[in-house]
Amino acid sequence: MSSTLVLAALLLMMLASFAVGRQRALATADGHARTLHSRPPYYGTYVAMWAAVPALLLLALWVIAQPTVIDMVVRNSLPDDVRTLSSDKLSLVLTTIDNLANGRAVVGEPPAYAKEAAARLLSLRATSSWAMTVLVIGLAAVGFFFAWRKVNPALRARNDVERAAVWLLIACSAIAILTTVGIVFSMLFETLHFFSMVPPQDFFFGTVWDPRFTAVGRDGSAGQFGLIPLLWGTIFISLISMLVAVPIGLLSAIYLSEYAHKNVRAWVKPLLEILAGIPTVVYGFFALTTLGPLFRDLGASVGLDISATSALTAGVVMGVMIIPFVSSLSDDIINAVPQSLRDGSYALGATQSETIKRVVFPAALPGIVGSVLLAVSRAIGETMIVVMAAGIAAKMTLNPFDSVTTVTVKIVSQLTGDLEFNSPQTLVAFALGLTLFVVTLGLNIYALHIVRKYREQYD
Amino acid sequence: MNTIAMKPVSVTNDVVSTNRSPKVISRGVKVFYGEKEALHGVDLDIHEREVTALIGPSGCGKSTFLRCMNRMNDVVEGCRIEGKIEIDGDDIYDRRIDVVQLRARVGMVFQKPNPFPKSIYENVAYGPKIHGIASGKEELDEIVEGSLTRAGLWNEVKDRLDKPGTGLSGGQQQRLCIARAIAVSPEVILMDEPCSALDPIATARIEELIDELRENFTIVIVTHSMQQAARVSQRTAFFHLGDLVEVGDTSQIFTNPKEERTQAYITGRFG
Repeated sequence: MSSTLVLAALLLMMLASFAVGRQRALATADGHARTLHSRPPYYGTYVAMWAAVPALLLLALWVIAQPTVIDMVVRNSLPDDVRTLSSDKLSLVLTTIDNLANGRAVVGEPPAYAKEAAARLLSLRATSSWAMTVLVIGLAAVGFFFAWRKVNPALRARNDVERAAVWLLIACSAIAILTTVGIVFSMLFETLHFFSMVPPQDFFFGTVWDPRFTAVGRDGSAGQFGLIPLLWGTIFISLISMLVAVPIGLLSAIYLSEYAHKNVRAWVKPLLEILAGIPTVVYGFFALTTLGPLFRDLGASVGLDISATSALTAGVVMGVMIIPFVSSLSDDIINAVPQSLRDGSYALGATQSETIKRVVFPAALPGIVGSVLLAVSRAIGETMIVVMAAGIAAKMTLNPFDSVTTVTVKIVSQLTGDLEFNSPQTLVAFALGLTLFVVTLGLNIYALHIVRKYREQYD
Repeated sequence: MNTIAMKPVSVTNDVVSTNRSPKVISRGVKVFYGEKEALHGVDLDIHEREVTALIGPSGCGKSTFLRCMNRMNDVVEGCRIEGKIEIDGDDIYDRRIDVVQLRARVGMVFQKPNPFPKSIYENVAYGPKIHGIASGKEELDEIVEGSLTRAGLWNEVKDRLDKPGTGLSGGQQQRLCIARAIAVSPEVILMDEPCSALDPIATARIEELIDELRENFTIVIVTHSMQQAARVSQRTAFFHLGDLVEVGDTSQIFTNPKEERTQAYITGRFG
């Protein structure tokens, strides 16, 4: 039986055990549900849990381990001269065996040992499948009977079910956290691999970015991987985008939360948040096709040389993208400032603008700084807009009309196309990614710290 | 109802006006929240350098009336006011009256202490700064010290003026709010249940303070505690369901009320 069928059978058993467990609980209490420790559905869940969970775990383990184990057995059964082949050739042989077993076409006449191995592979798979079915269903039955026998009015089924629910939640959070940890570690290992080829000081303090793609694979032409020009490009563009997003976002937040009539607010706030829902690639081609040429023509008309892909274009468009981010967060924070503070200020004869300037804004400032920092980390990680609008030349320039490039753009360009993952040209992407990750993580932690500190003030 | 309510007003006013002149005069004050009429025409005189207590069950309109006197109801959406309130003969709902200047003349202390999240010094200096009262740093320092002293807080906070006002205890915070209010030298101070969030010791301290402040300020206090009204006020006004039922000297209201409803309320039969 295939694992899908086994799974389906298990689910059916689970439903049946629920019904049986519930009935059994009622039967042991002679139909008087009040004499049971827990409500009848808890007993049902209790029995279903015992029937399904251990069996499901076994099933999962089996499905994960089966290919590896079978592969190992087949490999060990191969003739010695084949087993000692180089890893490239061995994997070729294994592929042939796999193809034979699955009935796919094989080039030429396969050797006898391969046919033999293919047959063994098939029989092993069949055996494993049967064993799995029997063991999993058996375990489910054992679990079911164990729980079924324990059902009686004194059994604290509710407590056990609640505890199991907590474990389920813990398992889900653990998966989320472990994924993050896994990503970080995979980046870390590739980065270490990269640093074994390029010294870290050349990466972190190098001022020239020239990975020399054309020379990939040739000896003695490692290229130069200076992080500084890319980091500067990222910072420069983020700075421009903040110059656009912070004033506009903040002032619109102040308008929305302090001045706007609630009907206006009910319309404007969702409209502003639509901006946040536009895919960044759309912003990217807006920058590429509309704003870039516009800036270039404007610049030409006043005698400025603005290239179509420039830090300015990317920064401005990214700023527009971030406006709803800043305004929405700031609006929430300004709204969280207690009305009593405003009343206190008005009662002293302060005008609305004085109240905002001297009471509301200072009170909200830490939270606003936090929201701006979150926006900055968003800007630093933004990829699509800069790929399309900022250019690809890694330059260290203070001229916003010139094209620059960012860390994210270079990660994209180093990892697109046909690559092999053992040259510094591609591995540098992991080092760049990790650097970016550390920077944004730091900013996020700092931002959350500030936001939290602010929250404590009114509680 | 209005006619019934107005009778005792005129009677008691005749008695007391020999005593002190009215600082605030209100005639026919009606307040609407949207369609709902919260006050049905209140005629009440507040006398200078006296404490007037407004008492009555919840929702009777006493806080609403209090907030009419510094136009804090202007902030409330959908709130409309009819009638006339005069302070020293100036109609405060007149077009020519600037609400900012009015609120500098009529200070307010709220139910829950609401110090700004600034330093103690900045809290008190806030009003003088926005009104440009002090001409220099020294004068501002004097105002801050004077106000804190009059609020009975100076000795407790003089060594930590730069610490946040939110770090003080509840009673201290409320005295800080009183200091903040008197720093702009108002003529009238409105207090909206100033002790309801405080413990008995802090309450006693504030009551003492109110008694001292009477020397220089006209005070109107809304309170739910009839003992408090009896302790701190010279005149008491009883509100019920949006009407001013009776007003008179505090001793008279609590010992010999003219209206049956007043009698019923102060003896605890409803409220």
